[in-house]
Amino acid sequence: MRSNRMGWGLLAPTLIILGIMGLLPFFYVLVVGFFDWNVVSATGKPIWTGANNFRRLVFDPNFLGAMSRTLLFTVTVVVSELVLGFVLAQALVKEFPGKSFFRTIHALPLMVAPIAVGATWRLMTVPGFGIAPYYLDRWFGIDYNIGRYAEHAFATTILMDVWHWTPFVTLTMLAGLSALPKEPMEQALVDGANRWQVLRHLTLPMMMPVIITTTFIRLMDALRVVDEVYLLTGGGPGDSTRFIGIHIWRVVMTWTDYGYGSAVSLLVYYFTLVLCWLLFIALTQIGRQQE
Amino acid sequence: MTLITLLPIYWLFVVSARTRVELFGRPTLLQTSFYIDNYLKPLSTPAFQRYLTNSLIVATSNALLVAVLAVLATYALSRWKLGGSDSIFFWLITNRMAPAAAFILPLYLLFTRAFRLGDATLYDTRIGLILLYCLFNLPFAIWLMKGMMDGIPIELDEAAFVDGASTWTVLTRIIVPLAGPGIAVTVILSWVFAWNEYLFAASLTSVQARTITTGLAEFVTVTGTNWGEMAAVSFISLLPALIFLAFVQRYIVMGLTFGAVKE
Repeated sequence: MRSNRMGWGLLAPTLIILGIMGLLPFFYVLVVGFFDWNVVSATGKPIWTGANNFRRLVFDPNFLGAMSRTLLFTVTVVVSELVLGFVLAQALVKEFPGKSFFRTIHALPLMVAPIAVGATWRLMTVPGFGIAPYYLDRWFGIDYNIGRYAEHAFATTILMDVWHWTPFVTLTMLAGLSALPKEPMEQALVDGANRWQVLRHLTLPMMMPVIITTTFIRLMDALRVVDEVYLLTGGGPGDSTRFIGIHIWRVVMTWTDYGYGSAVSLLVYYFTLVLCWLLFIALTQIGRQQE
Repeated sequence: MTLITLLPIYWLFVVSARTRVELFGRPTLLQTSFYIDNYLKPLSTPAFQRYLTNSLIVATSNALLVAVLAVLATYALSRWKLGGSDSIFFWLITNRMAPAAAFILPLYLLFTRAFRLGDATLYDTRIGLILLYCLFNLPFAIWLMKGMMDGIPIELDEAAFVDGASTWTVLTRIIVPLAGPGIAVTVILSWVFAWNEYLFAASLTSVQARTITTGLAEFVTVTGTNWGEMAAVSFISLLPALIFLAFVQRYIVMGLTFGAVKE
C-alpha cells in the first residue's frame, strides 16, 4: 500500500524543477569556468583556458575588494542587528497593551521588496530634497552626500540593512524568549543573583539555539545583499559599495565576461554551501532538542 | 523604535504625494495635499500596466504551483521513510540561501541558449520566471509546511486507507483540508516573495515579461529622476505587503527561520 515508489513519485516534480533550476546551473558554471568566454570579444566563442579564470580570481583586486567590503558590511550589520534585536526583544518580552500591534509594525520591513527598500532610502538620502541631508546639515553642519562620499554611502547601506533586518532578529529573539521557562530565572533571582548574572548564565545559554540560527540566516542574507544597495547607490560612488553580488552582476551582465563570471559565481556558491551546512547542523540539532 | 521603523515608509508616502515644486522646497514631514498624478501617470502607461500584470500573473501562478508541489513533497517526506531525505533537506536550504547573483550567469545562458524549442526560449517569458521562482519559494514552502504535515496524525490516513481510499483521495479529502491554514500562509508568503523578487527578473527578462520591481529600478537607471512617480510606484509595490501583513505576521518568523523558531 505504501510503496516507496509512491513517495518518490510525489516528491518527483519538486526534485525535477529544483534540479533544473538549481543543480543544472551549478554544473553549467562548473564547465564554463574553465573557458575563456566573452561574447563581445573578437571570437565570441568559448576557448579552453584550464584553471586560468580561477587563478585570475585570486589576484583580482576588484574581486578581493568586493569580497572584503562584503565581509566588513556583513560583520557590521549582523553584530549590530543581533545586539539591537536582543536588547529590543528583552524590553518587549513583557506583556503590555498594544503588543501585537507593535509586532505587526515590526514585521512590516520584512515584507517590503528589497528594491522598494532601496528606493525608499534613496528618497530619504538623495541630495536636494531628502530629509537626511537636510537635517544633518541644519543640526550638525554635516555635508552628507552619498553620491560623493564613499564613507557616507557605505555607512548608509549599513543603516539601511539594520533598519530592514533588525525587526527580524527582534521577532525571532522575542519568540525564543517567550518560549523559555520562567522558573529558573525567578529561582536565581530569589537566590540572590543579579540581573546580569541571570542574563549571562541562564538566558543566553538557553537562547543559544535561536541565536545561532538567527546569526546564520542573517549572515547568508547579508552576504548576498544586492537589490537594495543597487538601487540606493548603484555600487558607488567609485566602488565603495560594490558588494560581491553587484560585482558578479557587473562582470556578467555589463562586461559579459562569462568564463570569469562563472569562476566568481562558483566560489561564492561554495562559500554559501559551507555556511548552509553549518546552519543545517544547527537546525537539526534544535529539532532533536525539541523532540 | 516603532517610529524609526515607520519613518522611511511614511517619507515614501509623503514624497509620492508631492509635486516637483513641493519636493524641492524646504523638506518637511507634514503633508496636507495629495498630488494624485504621481500615481495616475505610471498607472496609465502601457509599459507599466504590463509590468503590473506580469507581476500579478507570475506571483500568483508561482505561489499556487509552489503550494501544490510543496503539499505533495511534504506529504511524501512526512509519511514515507525515503532514503536520503536528510540530504534533500540540506540541498533545499542551499537553494533557498544561495546568493541569487551566483545563479544569474548560468541561468541567463541556459534561458537564452540551452532551453529552447525551435526559436522559443525561456528568456523574457513569464513561464520562465514562474518556474524559476520555485528555486527559492519551493524550499521555503517545504520547510514551512513540513512541521504542519507532521502534525496531522498518521492514523487518519491509515483509517482512510483501510476503508479503501486511494492516496489521491487521502490527499484531497483529509490532508489538504486539515493543512488548509498552513497552505494559505504558504501561498501568501510565497506570493509576496515572488512579487518582491528583482535580480532574476532584471537579468532574465527584457521587454515582455518585465515585472514591477524591475520597472521600479528603471526609474533610477533609465528615465532619470522622476522622484514623485518613483515613490508612487514603490508605494504601489509595497501595498500587497501592507495588506497581507496582518494575516501572516505570526508566521513570518517561522517561515524565515526554516521552522526552527516557532511562535
